[in-house]
Amino acid sequence: MSRIVIEKELCKGCEYCVTYCPKQLIHIGTAFNSMGFKYAVPEDKEGQCTACGICALMCPDAAIEVYQTEK
Amino acid sequence: MEKAVYQRSKLYMGGHPLCSGCMHGLIGKLILDTLEELEIAPENTTLLFPPGCGPQQDFCININTVMVGLGRSAAVATGIKRGNPDHFVLCWDGDGADAAIGIGDVIHAAARKENITVIMVNNSLFANTGGQMAPTTLLGQKSTTCPQGRKEDVEGYPINLAEILAQVEGTRFSARMAVYDPAHVRKAKKALKTAFRLQVEKKGFAFVEFLSNCPTNWHMTPLKSIEHIKEMSQLQYPIGIFKGE
Repeated sequence: MSRIVIEKELCKGCEYCVTYCPKQLIHIGTAFNSMGFKYAVPEDKEGQCTACGICALMCPDAAIEVYQTEK
Repeated sequence: MEKAVYQRSKLYMGGHPLCSGCMHGLIGKLILDTLEELEIAPENTTLLFPPGCGPQQDFCININTVMVGLGRSAAVATGIKRGNPDHFVLCWDGDGADAAIGIGDVIHAAARKENITVIMVNNSLFANTGGQMAPTTLLGQKSTTCPQGRKEDVEGYPINLAEILAQVEGTRFSARMAVYDPAHVRKAKKALKTAFRLQVEKKGFAFVEFLSNCPTNWHMTPLKSIEHIKEMSQLQYPIGIFKGE
């Protein structure tokens, strides 16, 4: 089980994570953060995230952290 | 039990005021992650920033930083390094500093075989001051000081600093990297590790140029600016290692 955590106050909505997520689990939401940016929101209802970490690697604002639960 | 696959570095807190999609943040994150991975002590490290977009990350970095005059970072780094040979000294410049006013400082630091690392973030403009033409501006690229596009007859040709420094005998490592996709980010991290190790092992001057973007001054969305790097910047500035292992 993997978990993507996006710090909404750091996100500037550049869409790099949306573009590079191999499973397309991240999208830009409709709400604004305090800086006035629409921020990225992870959505993984079916547990498809493999914790590859590409979203976190590509984030220029260091807004993303990825965690994995060990079995 | 939950383990972190990727966690924000303790040295890099994020929250910088750079524009949306600016790869300066990504490169900064990469530099600090690499420093942490190589276990280079933060209290024994100094980052040198000339004026530009880079120093905007100053307050989100938990490392000593020194603000220097534009293009003077290699000269100041020489002084710090010679005074403290065991100190890790890193110049974190833009193309406006290293390829324009500071080109002499960088080339002479390389010629003297100074044991320092110079990082140049090349976004082909003086981005921080409003998008004026830099020596690295591509032919045909529009800027506020060449609104018709750069012409070789008037403004001259772009300068490829990584290739120039590769010809200097004192340079130990010279490379140009990009960070527009995950594969290139990993390659860039490998090059950074090599450059940092050379300084730790006291083997001489290392230079790493990063191809970056500037969505604001290129008047593009972040994703379009990535395409611009792939289709335009990379033709003028090929990616690779020009000297060293």
